[in-house]
Amino acid sequence: MTVLEHRTPSGPLESRWERHRFDMKLVNPSNRRKYNVIVVGTGLAGAAAAATLGELGYNVQSFCFQDSPRRAHSIAAQGGINAAKNYQNDGDSVFRLFYDTIKGGDFRSRESNVYRLAEVSVNIIDQATAQGVPFAREYGGLLANRSFGGAQVSRTFYARGQTGQQLLLGAYQALSRQIGAGQVEMHPRTEMLDLIVIDGRARGIVTRHLITGKVKAWIADAVVLATGGYGNVFYLSTNAKGCNATAAWRAHRRGAFFANPCFTQIHPTCIPVSGESQSKLTLMSESLRNDGRVWVPKNAEHADTPPGKIKNENRDYYLERLYPSFGNLVPRDIASRRAKDVCDEGRGVGPEIGGVRRGVYLDFRDSIQRLGENIVGERYGNLFEMYERITGDNPYKVPMRIYPATHYTMGGLWVDYNLMSTIDGLFVAGEANFSDHGANRLGASALMQGLADGYFVLPYTLGNYLARVVPGGADDEHSEARRVVGQVTERLEKLMSIDGSTTPDAFHRELGHLIWDNCGMSRSKEGLEKALREIPAVRARFWEDLKISGTGEGLNQALERAGRIADFFELGELMCRDALDRDESAGCHFRAEHTTEEGEAKRNDEEYAYVANWEFTGVGKEPRLHKEHLEFEFVKPSQRNYK
Amino acid sequence: MKIRLRVWRQAGPNSAGSLETHDLEDVSPDMSFLEMLDVLNERLIEEDREEIAFDHDCREGICGSCSLMIDGRAHGPQHKTTACQLHMRHYSDGDEIVVEPWRVKAFPVVKDLVVDRSSFDRIIRAGGYISVRTGSARDANEAPIRKADSDLAFDAATCIGCGACAAACPNASASLFTAAKISHLALVPQGQAERYDRVRKMVAQMDAEGFGHCTNHNECEAACPKGISVTNIARMNRDFLRAMVVSRDPLRAPDDAGE
Ligand SMILES: Cc1cc2nc3c(=O)[nH]c(=O)nc-3n(C[C@H](O)[C@H](O)[C@H](O)COP(=O)(O)OP(=O)(O)OC[C@H]3O[C@@H](n4cnc5c(N)ncnc54)[C@H](O)[C@@H]3O)c2cc1C
Ligand code: FES
Repeated sequence: MTVLEHRTPSGPLESRWERHRFDMKLVNPSNRRKYNVIVVGTGLAGAAAAATLGELGYNVQSFCFQDSPRRAHSIAAQGGINAAKNYQNDGDSVFRLFYDTIKGGDFRSRESNVYRLAEVSVNIIDQATAQGVPFAREYGGLLANRSFGGAQVSRTFYARGQTGQQLLLGAYQALSRQIGAGQVEMHPRTEMLDLIVIDGRARGIVTRHLITGKVKAWIADAVVLATGGYGNVFYLSTNAKGCNATAAWRAHRRGAFFANPCFTQIHPTCIPVSGESQSKLTLMSESLRNDGRVWVPKNAEHADTPPGKIKNENRDYYLERLYPSFGNLVPRDIASRRAKDVCDEGRGVGPEIGGVRRGVYLDFRDSIQRLGENIVGERYGNLFEMYERITGDNPYKVPMRIYPATHYTMGGLWVDYNLMSTIDGLFVAGEANFSDHGANRLGASALMQGLADGYFVLPYTLGNYLARVVPGGADDEHSEARRVVGQVTERLEKLMSIDGSTTPDAFHRELGHLIWDNCGMSRSKEGLEKALREIPAVRARFWEDLKISGTGEGLNQALERAGRIADFFELGELMCRDALDRDESAGCHFRAEHTTEEGEAKRNDEEYAYVANWEFTGVGKEPRLHKEHLEFEFVKPSQRNYK
Repeated sequence: MKIRLRVWRQAGPNSAGSLETHDLEDVSPDMSFLEMLDVLNERLIEEDREEIAFDHDCREGICGSCSLMIDGRAHGPQHKTTACQLHMRHYSDGDEIVVEPWRVKAFPVVKDLVVDRSSFDRIIRAGGYISVRTGSARDANEAPIRKADSDLAFDAATCIGCGACAAACPNASASLFTAAKISHLALVPQGQAERYDRVRKMVAQMDAEGFGHCTNHNECEAACPKGISVTNIARMNRDFLRAMVVSRDPLRAPDDAGE
């Protein structure tokens, strides 16, 4: 079996990154312009990487499928970004952020990576502030913090409920500066549909221009994928509609291992499903749990009673009851599962969907009494407005109704300490890689990871790679580039020509249901085996009965969706396979067979303290598993306890 | 409820366009406006007709992708709400709704309801940033910023770049968009070094893109889904004037007191 070289340095934890940086090769400033780098994605990870690499003097080609790099999905992040600044003097430190992240991830991530993440977190805040990002401030003019799901210190920096927007605009502006300076060439509305590997090295990508339909090869000395997560495999999720796995999946098919695909995060506070035509779910920032109290009626017969009329003694503040020390701030996986449990018991609220009421209250009554409407409004006003726009209810007057929804994917392409995948020269950053969050991501740490990767890790490690390779030596006329262009074109033509009777979205909904029911908040051997039987059947039907109208020549959004869904079918199957292999519970991966006496996730460190890496062997064929064993030198794995 | 949609169809930038009528039978009040278009699009595909192209992504009112003129109003009737956040409960049975793309010279139509807003990106590229090299920043708390200034900067920075301001403006001006970025960066101390250079370059780019001039109709503020205030335009104009004075006298440092 291949041994995965994760290239993690040894020695004292605190100095590993610094030493590694020293050990890495540098590219002489005057040589940098000889190198071309492709960066796919303009979210926090991609924009930060492209801007920094451009600034260093490399020639960068940047791609996104939206009409502007500023619209990458990172724009939607609400709650905040963590950093171990300890500005609040409440006992935070790099080590504590490291520790919380390892523990929050239920001991399924690499210590060295996570420590580095915590270490550079402080630089991110400095960088963003210098760019003009308007983080929240105290009256004294210094930066404000709040505590965020699962943390006992206030280390989260935020910009009202629009932290992702402000951070992304900072990175987008830095990127724009490099585009203006001619260091970065920007290709919006251009979707990567395949990876070009020449002599074992990632040397380029094949794209389709979404307006002209033109398929084209791009060649470079290295390729970075910062293409985000695959949460939309569930159809309904909090992700933007365009989020997809195609770039990562196509790279996987070309030899990049996919790590821990079953580690997907369900966020506890989203607006519940309201009907059949629902196209996405809206997140209500987790920060609301700082001042909102979660409850359901003690008795199912109160489901239809207006919440204000239900007396305190008839309310079950179940998180506060079960977890007295963390209360409403327990980590996401736990809050989500408990919400599902009370709804399964029949104590949910709101309309019945499929015979069950899937909603719990998130109530601000007590905070409004304590702090006044003004202060609550200042903290959450825009979220309250958003809630009201969607549901028609006013959260100042009636409690919100929330329910868990798919939100984030910890799994992704496997990378070593340098963020390089199993394909030489293919780097993966941000949500698209698997690296830092283990089996469960803590709130406010995805923005941190995206920017850490993009600003502070990749620019060094990519330089180290480039220093080892001779620039150039291939162009878009290379036989391999032409071959891949041919394959991409053929696949697009195939999708257009099926001419069946079922729309792409109908297939997507069907797949989503299968994954949500069997590989969602709770998983079992039986359900996973069922899904593994059914997904290939639906996938086969997709390739026989898909219907798309129009042509592939110009803008055709149905064709775009169909291509992404085709890849979701294959990825969905891999998720279920991974979930079945992992015969333990860990973080968000909850196997019904493995619970503690209190009903919490029960890990099995003896057998499963590994990263599961899957090698593609063909569609419908059993993928090959490679294990990267995780060592814990600095934090001893323990049962998470949030009581 | 029943809704009659009259939707702009246009095959490409150089084709003629026209309104096409579609009747929808069971629109639920809980649906969003875009979900209604989704339902229509699925039906069109089933009928082997091309679906209606429209931009959208986050569907949460933050990415700025959606860009629909609904009954002649940018993003439709609801104040401070993007088209993707507009819900059908604001309509009643039997309503007829006209849906068109942004009508702005500097946003050419690509197809149906999709327009090309790359002119906005070029305005930012011209100077809508603070030049700070990665890794060179000092500690974030070394320079306190008055909360009031920071809040004001945020109010401008909240722009989602959707283009509703230009679409709503009788002159198709991009002043609110441009002024929002200029204000954001002019209101924080980090933005001072490039302040006057920035305003000159960005205003020049805005003009070069073919956007119209601002003649104080204030329709932009009314249409802005984030409620960005036209006072930002006044700030941009003041800075622009000062920049002109400064550019004539290289030794004179601009006086920023009072901002
Ligand atoms: C509603 C919501 C709220 C969130 N709130 C928080 C929060 O408060 N704090 C926190 O830390 N995290 C939060 N997260 C998570 C966080 O926002 C994301 O994990 C993070 O922004 C991902 O950044 P990224 O750069 O990896 O990818 P993205 O921002 O998703 O960017 C992906 C980029 O890749 C491009 N792309 C994708 N596929 C292709 C292709 N095939 N070809 C060309 N381009 C492609 C896209 O155009 C885009 O530019 C939130 C997530 C959601 C959904
Ligand atoms: S789709 Fe993102 S703002 Fe409307």
